[in-house]
Amino acid sequence: MPYIPHTEADVAEMLAVIGVSSIDDLFCEIPANLQLQPGSLDIPKALDEPKLYAHLLEIASKNVDLSKVTCFLGAGIYDRYIPASVGAVISRGEFLTAYTPYQPEASQGYLQAIYEFQTMVAELYGCDIANASMYDGATSMAEAAIMSTSLNKRQKVVVSAGVHPHYRQVLDTYCWSMDIEVQTAPSTKGVTVPFVDDKEAACYIVQYPNFFGSIEDLAAVREACDKNGSTMIVVTDPVACALLKPPGHFGADIVVGEGQPMGVPMGLGGPGVGLFACKKELIRFIPGRIVGKTKEVHGDKPGYVMTLRTREQDIRREKATSNICTNEALMALANTVYMIALGKNGMRSVAESSVRNAQYMISELEKIGIGAMTNKVFCEFVVGLPKDAEWVCSAMLSKGILAGLPLGKYYDGPPNTLLICTTELRTKDQIDTYVSALKEVLA
Amino acid sequence: MRQTTVPEPKLIFEKSRAGRVGCNLPKCDTPSVDLGKILGETREDLHLPEVGELDMLRHFTNLSHINYGIETGFYPLGSCTMKYNPKINEMTARMTGFANLHPLQPVETIPGALEILHGVQSILCQVTGFDYITLQPLAGAHGEMTCLMLVRAYFESRGEGQKRKIVLVPDSAHGTNPASAARCGYDVKSIPTDAEGNTNLAVLTQVLEEIGDQVAALMLTNPSTLGLFEPNIEKICKMIHDAGGQVFCDGANMNAMVGTTRPGDHGFDCMHLNLHKTFSTPHGGGGPGCGAIGLQKHLEPFLPKPVIRTENGKIIADEDRPKSIGRVAGFYGQFLMEVRAYTYLMAYGKENMHRISKFAVLNANYVRARLKDVLPPAHDRPCMHECILTAEKYKKEKGVRALDISKRLIDYGFHPATNYFPLIVPECFMIEPTETENKETLDEFCDALIAICHEAETEPELLHNAPSTKIVGRLDETLAVKQLDVRWIPGAENKEYTRLRQAIQ
Repeated sequence: MPYIPHTEADVAEMLAVIGVSSIDDLFCEIPANLQLQPGSLDIPKALDEPKLYAHLLEIASKNVDLSKVTCFLGAGIYDRYIPASVGAVISRGEFLTAYTPYQPEASQGYLQAIYEFQTMVAELYGCDIANASMYDGATSMAEAAIMSTSLNKRQKVVVSAGVHPHYRQVLDTYCWSMDIEVQTAPSTKGVTVPFVDDKEAACYIVQYPNFFGSIEDLAAVREACDKNGSTMIVVTDPVACALLKPPGHFGADIVVGEGQPMGVPMGLGGPGVGLFACKKELIRFIPGRIVGKTKEVHGDKPGYVMTLRTREQDIRREKATSNICTNEALMALANTVYMIALGKNGMRSVAESSVRNAQYMISELEKIGIGAMTNKVFCEFVVGLPKDAEWVCSAMLSKGILAGLPLGKYYDGPPNTLLICTTELRTKDQIDTYVSALKEVLA
Repeated sequence: MRQTTVPEPKLIFEKSRAGRVGCNLPKCDTPSVDLGKILGETREDLHLPEVGELDMLRHFTNLSHINYGIETGFYPLGSCTMKYNPKINEMTARMTGFANLHPLQPVETIPGALEILHGVQSILCQVTGFDYITLQPLAGAHGEMTCLMLVRAYFESRGEGQKRKIVLVPDSAHGTNPASAARCGYDVKSIPTDAEGNTNLAVLTQVLEEIGDQVAALMLTNPSTLGLFEPNIEKICKMIHDAGGQVFCDGANMNAMVGTTRPGDHGFDCMHLNLHKTFSTPHGGGGPGCGAIGLQKHLEPFLPKPVIRTENGKIIADEDRPKSIGRVAGFYGQFLMEVRAYTYLMAYGKENMHRISKFAVLNANYVRARLKDVLPPAHDRPCMHECILTAEKYKKEKGVRALDISKRLIDYGFHPATNYFPLIVPECFMIEPTETENKETLDEFCDALIAICHEAETEPELLHNAPSTKIVGRLDETLAVKQLDVRWIPGAENKEYTRLRQAIQ
């Protein structure tokens, strides 16, 4: 095996130093009845590197990936441009093959990058501070909800129906296991119906822009939270925050989201990267890792370390604030490179292009009699179709267009609604092609 | 850490100049719009750095020079399985047919993706001996938690949910185990380790006699975090089963067993795997982790959704699972990591799989044998894929701690081993070489440690002051907690941010 470099001579010398006659002798403590014969597993035979590459290429080619179709599908994972520099940086072995910076003196590069990441996530979300990333957007939201129950010692979370259905499903799973009640608050016409006062609500959760693409009224959410002593949690697309007034500026206590749109490939939704920012007062309750700045013990040079580890599972065991052990450092690095490559103006430009494309598409769809059901949207919107949306989508797919997400599977009501997304990557031509294809399909 | 010639690192914010952009972005060709009218209030300030592309690349390339990875040098961090990440894995994960898939595109358009997921599941079922594998958990601890959720759902389905509220965890366990148990609403009871390093059977027997009917599960790491195989494993599983409980295997140490022995055959009901450890997906500086869990048939109805399985010879993503615990991740798990794991598994295949554990164990025992005179093993038994040594005598005689030895290793150009874990070994030094390191590297590392132990006897100050690299000396981790500084603050003259800094501190 090329990944195992031992020669026969090496093995002989090593066994002599150890003082045993064969490698198998080292396994003497495993009862014989539990040991396998080498090569006895029922699995495929090994492939050499060219065959392996060809095999994977063949499997990959069976998928309809986005080089074969034009993507108007969003709903939490977005087809945004990834600058070439992102891949170049995160492929460097010093980043790709490092592990958790338990020994900070040997990991200053990563630690500084994460400190920069924390700064920029906090800035985008308009919050005081951010952590060093979570698994993904959905689990970030669930962790935020659970954190709120320990902040105000309440056992109920209230989540808007306008929050991504998968995120709510993950929330349900987490809360079930922790005996926390989840209540879903209704939304109409694409926005959350004002929250009912509930003194038992540990938190109110909304998405901004929400699952339907609409921009929620965060001032109203803040008001409801103030009235009820609840924590305000907002799930937010970080790219939208380059343009929208961010949740932190509305007084959100915790802001979470999925970092995938900032330099991470869609990859069937994984790995993504969970973003988590909050008010400074909450810093000791945050799940996951945080990097802090410090200095040398015997000098004045600044440096970075993982900090506040007294909250963590490796120290507090069952008393830890969460069981999260890892973060998504490599993806957080991709986010960091992305945010720096685009900078203030690039991020604004990407966000603005998305809005323009969405508005153009809405107006073109109106011309063929398809009206948007949501307004005040960022880059996604819902339309009502005269036919079943699943059927329309498969007809559009045969024309090389991933037309959007049919919502019938997620919400009660007629199966004709479709969620459409336009990122900065969509062009006027592609939008025009979509509209004329849809016209044909519906004819 | 090697000495480098990189400049003193500055924060990227300090290099920012208004008006620079580091990327050639797409030009929008649809009509411009009145943003205020469409969006309502838009934001005015946005403090993101503005730098050119070359400046940005230099920034990160320089940062990479002050970071240590497997491709920089030997990385013997115990319990982390820092093996080589084959480059072919990176090539396959970047194929457009995998990287450019949307998780919500119609499932009939992703037969190749399902083939990968099903392929990894099938091979891992064979390797672990479990009936089912799910790849939805996003990291090892996430997998632990998912296993305990399955256990809880199982007991609730049998009407025992309220009765069985205790999870037993050995005192040598990873800290995530009790944390995951607590996350699932369980009370945790610690089980001690005996003098040989095995689970203390006398105590376990007593505990089961007293509270066996309240026990939901035992969470056992095998081989243990002491680097030892639990020879009584079948007996322990039977004891728990006889008491009506479930046995979870912490799979952090699967690298010691691949192709040689299978936890599913030992009597475990479920286990988590760290694909980023054993199956070679890159650790990425602390993530993405990549979890998976194996389980026996009786837990199958509760699997998280979607379940990738075959039906009439076709691979499907089954969402219709009435007894499922639900969804534990946004989409299909860490899919691009599964592509890497699949690539790796297929590179080894049927005829080579056992070599992973054989050579991992050989390397660990070699390091153990070479170091036994300077750093004695905590237990006098053959170790599995990692060896646990103790530096207690240097602490007693010279005031040199295991941490000091580790820091000195940085001066010698090696990443340190793991210290102070497991918690039950004094001045613990945990070394995991993995199978991908050659004999010369192991010898250089052992020579360095022998030299350092000699320094501990003769010049202990060298160790107390280590590391002494040009990059940064030993960092004050206590100060970082005392004066929390977790983000850059633009301009001290800015009153709002000054207040923020004061408040955080």
